[in-house]
Amino acid sequence: MENIISPENIVYQKPALLNDEHMHYCPGCSHGVVHKLIAEVIEEMGITEKAVGVSPVGCAVFAYKYIDIDWQEAAHGRAPAIASAIKRLWPEHLVFTYQGDGDLACIGTAETIHALNRGENIAIIFINNAIYGMTGGQMAPTTLMGMKTATCPYGRQADLHGYPLKITELAAQLEGTCYVTRQSVHSVAAIRKAKRAIRQAFENSVNRRGSSLVEIVSTCSSGWKKTPIEANAWMEEHMFDYYHIGDLKNTTEQ
Amino acid sequence: MAKMKGAIIVNTERCKGCSLCVVACPLNIIQLADKMVNRRGYRYVEQTNQDACTGCTSCAIVCPDGCITVYRKKIEN
Repeated sequence: MENIISPENIVYQKPALLNDEHMHYCPGCSHGVVHKLIAEVIEEMGITEKAVGVSPVGCAVFAYKYIDIDWQEAAHGRAPAIASAIKRLWPEHLVFTYQGDGDLACIGTAETIHALNRGENIAIIFINNAIYGMTGGQMAPTTLMGMKTATCPYGRQADLHGYPLKITELAAQLEGTCYVTRQSVHSVAAIRKAKRAIRQAFENSVNRRGSSLVEIVSTCSSGWKKTPIEANAWMEEHMFDYYHIGDLKNTTEQ
Repeated sequence: MAKMKGAIIVNTERCKGCSLCVVACPLNIIQLADKMVNRRGYRYVEQTNQDACTGCTSCAIVCPDGCITVYRKKIEN
């Protein structure tokens, strides 16, 4: 046992870019996994000094405290606008935004759609957990039909609240996007795929191929009032039927 | 025949006891520690059977807080 635990035998450890700051996320939150993937990808691409993230308003508002790269905090929903400016001024850099569904698909819909439509060379990481997590589990545009939240306690109804917004499908229609995909991080296989997707999106930004959108269908165990394990099972059962996992568009392969 | 032997070290102060690694482990050798909490009041996980671990890294990959370091070594019989 003792002779196994030595530095040369390490096969997996926390990426060095993810610092020792205690993450404020609830136990089992998908944000942690995605943070880890972003840190791993930036490390593997060797672009630590050339990576700029734009953190949102929402649970990930403190993302800049956890990953040791350059960050800019954006006003609610405006991350793609700020990222556009940074990328235009620093065309050699990797510029990405990290946004939740309340930030990207509600208050920031205009910025998101127009940044993607302009084909800004940025990558957008979109965490979709179908709820407003930070403010206490209110209904979001992405909340599923019939799903109960603090502001729709009898379940979401079409006549009262409209339908869940598939922003990723919308983005795939836009000329400016080069890579649009939907992933999740509920299992080892899914996490590996999500990592490949993030890597592809980041490479597209660095190589200025157009806009990339990576949606990560995520859990919110506190907002959904479930344990992390139950939340993953609920997500597999209900979310994937509406938010289908897979690539929606990839024009970089030809 | 050569055999893969693994070992994990859990950063118990960082662990929040979400138990995602418990279900991810294919050998079911990770559990929440019994009646033990860290400084933040979270129950943390521990390995129950150290000899069985193959170092597959499943637990560490799913860990949202990056608490688990995995070691692996080929042992010749």
